Amino acid sequence: MTDAALTPAAPARGAIALPRGLIFVAPAVLLMLAIYILPIVVLTGFSITDYRLGALRWEFVGLQNFRAAFQDPVFVRALANTALYAVLVIPTGVFLALGIALLVQGRRHSRALWETAYFLPVTATLVAMATVWQFLLHPTLGPVNAAITWAGFDPVSFLGNPALLIPTLALIGIWQVLGFNMVLFLAGLTAIPNDLLDAARMDGARSPIDRFLTVTWPMLGPTTMFVIVTTSISAFKVFETVAVLTKGRSGSETLLYALYLEGFEYSNTGYAAALTLIFLAIVLVLSIGQTLRMDRRVHY
Amino acid sequence: MRRVLPHLILGLGAALMLLPFYWMILTSIRAPAEIFDVSLWPVPRDFSAVQNYGQAASTVPMARFMLNGVIVCGGILIVQVLTAVPAAYALAKLRFPGRRLLMALVIGALCIPMQALALPLFVGLARTNLLNTYFAQMMPFFLSVFAIFLFRQSFRSYPDEIIEAARMDGFSEMEICWRLVLRGSLPSLAAFSVFSVVAHWNDLYWPLIVVSDMAIAPPPLGMLFFSDVESGANYGALMAGAAMITAPMILCFLLARRSFIAGITMTGVK
Repeated sequence: MTDAALTPAAPARGAIALPRGLIFVAPAVLLMLAIYILPIVVLTGFSITDYRLGALRWEFVGLQNFRAAFQDPVFVRALANTALYAVLVIPTGVFLALGIALLVQGRRHSRALWETAYFLPVTATLVAMATVWQFLLHPTLGPVNAAITWAGFDPVSFLGNPALLIPTLALIGIWQVLGFNMVLFLAGLTAIPNDLLDAARMDGARSPIDRFLTVTWPMLGPTTMFVIVTTSISAFKVFETVAVLTKGRSGSETLLYALYLEGFEYSNTGYAAALTLIFLAIVLVLSIGQTLRMDRRVHY
Repeated sequence: MRRVLPHLILGLGAALMLLPFYWMILTSIRAPAEIFDVSLWPVPRDFSAVQNYGQAASTVPMARFMLNGVIVCGGILIVQVLTAVPAAYALAKLRFPGRRLLMALVIGALCIPMQALALPLFVGLARTNLLNTYFAQMMPFFLSVFAIFLFRQSFRSYPDEIIEAARMDGFSEMEICWRLVLRGSLPSLAAFSVFSVVAHWNDLYWPLIVVSDMAIAPPPLGMLFFSDVESGANYGALMAGAAMITAPMILCFLLARRSFIAGITMTGVK
């Protein structure tokens, strides 16, 4: 570690700095206890009880809540829906964004314009934009179906047909994530030295596709991994569009929405705590490797 | 052709990306009678922006939602900066017992999404009768481990010699932290502020849990409430409401595109 280099060790100052450092971190440590550590402990406690908010009596039920979760058709459906959503959003959201980034990168004059256009959905309030999408996709009043009918097909009931609910949410999810991923890919592309591309050209990689496959794609490896991980985490957290567009009707619950209903609408605190831990486990599996890598990148 | 084709593809894609915004604005200035007009022609036959926006603002307290958003985002950001900056300074430049442990906790907490903490925090707030307050809306976000992480990273590159010299000159450690070191990291502060404000202006999950009183609802919750009330009866007003709620972030983005993109994509850890 480089600690010694950062704070050159003069014994006298070390002695003074010791309590001072603690005073500086005290507010953050107290908040960390109140917002992270205590809640996680309490959450784990809830998950092995049948506690309901407001109830006077509760009992330990061991792992009953977890067993119940995997036998609960609603929760299993929510898991399956979220997985389907992720499977639709991740590949499209990642590779389409890569394609856009490759095209945008080559534009010298218009780059800012394209960046703005594709990034705009990222900043927009999703709850409001979901309402707009609802109208856009309306079977009779929306322009999307007007275009579909004009092309000679039957209108599509995006938000009426139960089989299309999750794919429609995924469509909106992709729309929102593209600009974010595009910017991450642009940063990754900028970091690739031009010499490498020139060298590849000399070595006979004439077509852009050859150069992409021999240089760009391998060099983008870490960026692509990062983009895939962040996209999957946000896919598993899909909530706003569900809350506005489907409210879980026709079996379209997602993980977080099912969790929200159990914990905050039905007040099944103990059961919802078990669901929360399952949700947390999924997110941790997706994010731990990534966070460790981010930490390492910072250290060296 | 090779020069035009990329522009053509990008243009087509951008048109699809921007369609929802265009449709939102267009509908918000069209008369309700034109609802069956699915054309994308930009000039409405009957310019009804005043009625639509007026109705959106009178059906629900739009201005109130916006004000609530400003209060909540502002409060969160102030406390986040006040607590994260000294902690990051100590982690970057001071020695104290438990420093490594704290850093490990910060990294660990980076992986934990807010939604995993919501249930116990909600129970705690309910038991202390603090639901439906601004405090309840802001409390879970008072500590930003991401801010600590980011500022520490940025503070570490601040030259130790200057800190030494400042100590010799009698600067207190607080002054060094806020007036010297933080000043050297203003771009990080700007990027973090954008990140924080955008995230909390747009957040629905937590307000939905702790707020039922519309008088203190932030914009996304207000929008959800509005779209449930209107439920498709008046798309003009609904789109006007959506436009009002998305406008602040979009305007800021268009005005400060660079720092916005830097702020939001600083992390995937949202």
